[in-house]
Amino acid sequence: MAEFSLPANSRYKDIPGKVHAAPIGATKVKAFRIYRFDPESGEKPRIDTYEVDTGKCGPMVLDALLKIKNEVDSSLTFRRSCREGICGSCAMNIDGTNTLACIKAIDDMAGEVRIFPLPHMPVVKDLVPDLTNFYAQYAAVKPWLQTRTPAPPDQERLQSKEDQEKVDKPSACILCACCSTSCPSYWWNSDRYLGPAALLAAYRWIVDSRDEATGERLDELEDPFRLYRCHTIMNCTEACPKDLNPAKAISEIKRLIAERQY
Amino acid sequence: MAVRERPLSPHLQVYKPLYTMVLSILHRATGIALSVGSLLLAWWLVAAASGAEAYALVATCLGSLPGQLLLVGFSFAFFYHLSAGLRHLAWDLGYGFEKRTARRSGALVVVSAVVLTTLLWCLLLGGAA
Repeated sequence: MAEFSLPANSRYKDIPGKVHAAPIGATKVKAFRIYRFDPESGEKPRIDTYEVDTGKCGPMVLDALLKIKNEVDSSLTFRRSCREGICGSCAMNIDGTNTLACIKAIDDMAGEVRIFPLPHMPVVKDLVPDLTNFYAQYAAVKPWLQTRTPAPPDQERLQSKEDQEKVDKPSACILCACCSTSCPSYWWNSDRYLGPAALLAAYRWIVDSRDEATGERLDELEDPFRLYRCHTIMNCTEACPKDLNPAKAISEIKRLIAERQY
Repeated sequence: MAVRERPLSPHLQVYKPLYTMVLSILHRATGIALSVGSLLLAWWLVAAASGAEAYALVATCLGSLPGQLLLVGFSFAFFYHLSAGLRHLAWDLGYGFEKRTARRSGALVVVSAVVLTTLLWCLLLGGAA
């Protein structure tokens, strides 16, 4: 059953956060209000405020986070790697929506910037959510080529250009979890609903002309929760930083299941 | 260090109320309103079958200002649920998933619900006058 309020140990407004004022002489100050949780302190989460001189900072939110970590507070914890929107590590909730910190421009946001971990996830520390369940769901759709026929002896399994184009977009998913953690249905049912990211991955293999387990894949998904908790809210498609369309992929899966019955 | 239960990151509390989720929850809310509202319809029909006295009571209740407002809300719920239902039907057929199209169809649902409700009440009140 959906639990709309946060459990007692997760309320982030109960204790006051620390405020780190801008350095003297800063010209272009922007306040970043960031969710903090330290598993070793025994304290509840809180919101710390960091005033950053964005005049002396790179253009993206990740630049500001790195500046804070390097110059103000080395305890601030977050995941990051490629800093160019291809690894998916720095996914977080920025200014109310899920996106990648490395491709979200600071100047696109007016006023204070509020940063939280990906929504409705167990928090390991600060902006780092526990993605164990998310990855398990990805693994559950068997995201690899399954075949029964022997491979052609001296070449790859070939595919037409048109068939390849069907998997182009869904293969571009970087598993950042922005979509799944933006989905209210996933918030309330992530124990049984696979969520948009895993379903997009499932779709990628269902429409692959070389895959020979389409029927089994659809069988696995034909379930009131695993697939049909999607109510076409469309938050996933709005959130995707790679401009993919999980909502459309899920709808295609539903249609394939409906169509094979006739 | 003793293992502490991990806190749950905030969700509804911090997520921007995007048009997507607002229209979705409104679809569900109007659906519930229509289910409850059908009791109103049943009450009206039962009263009509029971005789003039019972019917007069219903007519007075629904004819009063709060009654009329309730009916305006009921008719809005009906038209909203109908329009959003057609949008879902298009989605189920595989149409309208592009972001731009979805935004436009969302706006269209709201506008058509307001226009149809207004039109209905103009007709009803115009007919009564």
